[in-house]
Amino acid sequence: MALTTDQEQRKRRRKSSFSPWIMGFGRIAFTVAITMIGLLFITFIIGRVMPIDPVLSIVGESASKSTYDEAYRQLGLDKPVIVQFLYFLWDVVRGDFGESLLTARPVLDDLIRVFPATLELATVGTIIGVTLGVPLGVIAAVKQGTWIDHIARVVALIGYSMPVFWIGLIGLLVFYGKLGWIGGPGRLDIFYVDIIPTVTGMILIDSLLAGDTDVFWNAVSHIILPAGLLAYYSLAYISRMTRSFMLEQLDQEYITTARVKGLSEHAVVWRHALGNVKVPLITVIALSYAGLLEGSVLTETIFSWPGIGLYITTALLSADMNAVLGGTVVVGLVFVCLNIFSDLLYKYFDPRSK
Amino acid sequence: MSDISKHQKPSLREWLTSDAPTSRRQAKFSAWYRSWLALRSNPMAMFGLMILLFLLAIAAFAPIISPHDPFAQDLALRLSAPGENNYILGSDSLGRDILSRLIYGSRITLYIVALVALMAPIVGLFVGTAAGYLGGWVDVVLMRITDIFLAFPRLVLALAFVSALGAGIENAVLAIVLTAWPPYARIARAETLTIRNADYIHAIKLQGAGALRVITKHIWPLCISSLVIRVTLDMAGIILTAAGLGFLGLGAQPPSPEWGAMISAGRQFILDHWWVATMPGLAIFTVSLAFNLLGDGLRDVLDPKKSGK
Repeated sequence: MALTTDQEQRKRRRKSSFSPWIMGFGRIAFTVAITMIGLLFITFIIGRVMPIDPVLSIVGESASKSTYDEAYRQLGLDKPVIVQFLYFLWDVVRGDFGESLLTARPVLDDLIRVFPATLELATVGTIIGVTLGVPLGVIAAVKQGTWIDHIARVVALIGYSMPVFWIGLIGLLVFYGKLGWIGGPGRLDIFYVDIIPTVTGMILIDSLLAGDTDVFWNAVSHIILPAGLLAYYSLAYISRMTRSFMLEQLDQEYITTARVKGLSEHAVVWRHALGNVKVPLITVIALSYAGLLEGSVLTETIFSWPGIGLYITTALLSADMNAVLGGTVVVGLVFVCLNIFSDLLYKYFDPRSK
Repeated sequence: MSDISKHQKPSLREWLTSDAPTSRRQAKFSAWYRSWLALRSNPMAMFGLMILLFLLAIAAFAPIISPHDPFAQDLALRLSAPGENNYILGSDSLGRDILSRLIYGSRITLYIVALVALMAPIVGLFVGTAAGYLGGWVDVVLMRITDIFLAFPRLVLALAFVSALGAGIENAVLAIVLTAWPPYARIARAETLTIRNADYIHAIKLQGAGALRVITKHIWPLCISSLVIRVTLDMAGIILTAAGLGFLGLGAQPPSPEWGAMISAGRQFILDHWWVATMPGLAIFTVSLAFNLLGDGLRDVLDPKKSGK
């Protein structure tokens, strides 16, 4: 009897050390599932309320009544809305977003083709934004109230206030049109296109893999302005957040202790304070990365950058609804994934959550 | 004693800064006055406020100020450079005066901002306070929905909405509201959760007040200030989103002088006639910067704990 309770207790103990992880994982999976279904539901509703008749766009204006009815049934439009939604869900799970009217190819293929361009742009933008934004925020916090702090604040506020499509145009006008320092719209000059084999779809990486430095530098001259603009936006956000995190840390007693111990100011700021800011900062960076993926919609339009944003806006203007919805779903899913990823990173890096 | 104090009627300033307010009204005005004093000492915020007042004046007196009719075309004088042919900021591809169009465009911008700034926080307030006060499954369901909307990238969602509803100012406003309300719901819910168990709420409930009365009369008023700060900070974002939709041809339709649409129209002339696209962009930038400066200052004044002192 005593033995069984002991065993039971041990079992329970083992279970209790195990179950929070499973529970935590289960909860995250549940949240993700609900969010994604909700996201798909909103997209589905948008597709439903749009004033374009999906049947007419397939059979054409002159189709007979029986052809129309046949197509109507085949699309499942005679079923209840909830059943239609389940069909839609099933299609999305299988990766079937229908065909694009514009390219006459499956939307999924199009999305796979254009996504690396957006990823490349947003990644380069984030890298520049982080390398400049974090130091700027740290310095602004250390020199709080001085002119450096004010300049950092103004720089950020200007970043928040600038219409990206406008400054992109001006940038093209000045640096491409007048000065000729950079490449124009698009990812490459026309005579460099399709020289190197596509591996990742990101030209900067592909050209290095192929060992073609001409293509690489040409790609750099094209990406520098759009990525620089996106970087400015993420810099504005990241530097402000870094500043407020740092101010919070520099106020803590352990900082005073470190100073009393005789540590150099450099070590106090960049190792101790910034080390503790690392965790929330990762979340901020992930969020700004997600924001850049979205911000690329307008940027890509200006720079004729063949990514997912340009794909969506082109599809919008030609009422290519399959492409719009497919693009929206993919951007939404990436957004959700980045959010979850940053949550997980937070949990992983924060010793308190262990 | 009472005679003396009656005779020495305090000046307005003294009445406002008094440490011992004698009425509820005085306490309220005094709090406002102190906030105003704090805001006034912030030069950047005052600069933003001045630009916005200037914008309001321009929008109000647009017919008097503008030198030309914003819709009048003069193809002979198309694409005149700034200062040429009596066009202070130049003319566009149809020979319309850009300055007059900017002046009239300020009305559209203010109209969009005002509508969104009214509607989005109200939707958020309804959802957030209901979720926070009622709790239980109402809270779970409402907050899940909020999270789903938050999970969507705003511009992409707005784009999809406008494309489904059809292009136009009203639909653009609706799309922006639909994408902008979730943060307000979060804020309102957080405020409600802190207020909900306060003693005075229990006292009101004991007096027989129902949920509706508690929410509308006693919780809403306390949520307003944090919502106002957030709205001011969001104004610039609203302007930029609206201009972005206009730029993509999904907002205001031509010949309406909406600033984003004007940039889009000037895009094809950018290399030879830079002013057509540059001027409306400067206008958008100035106004959204003004809102950001004011919002930043307001946050420092009304919400000292978040401003990093």
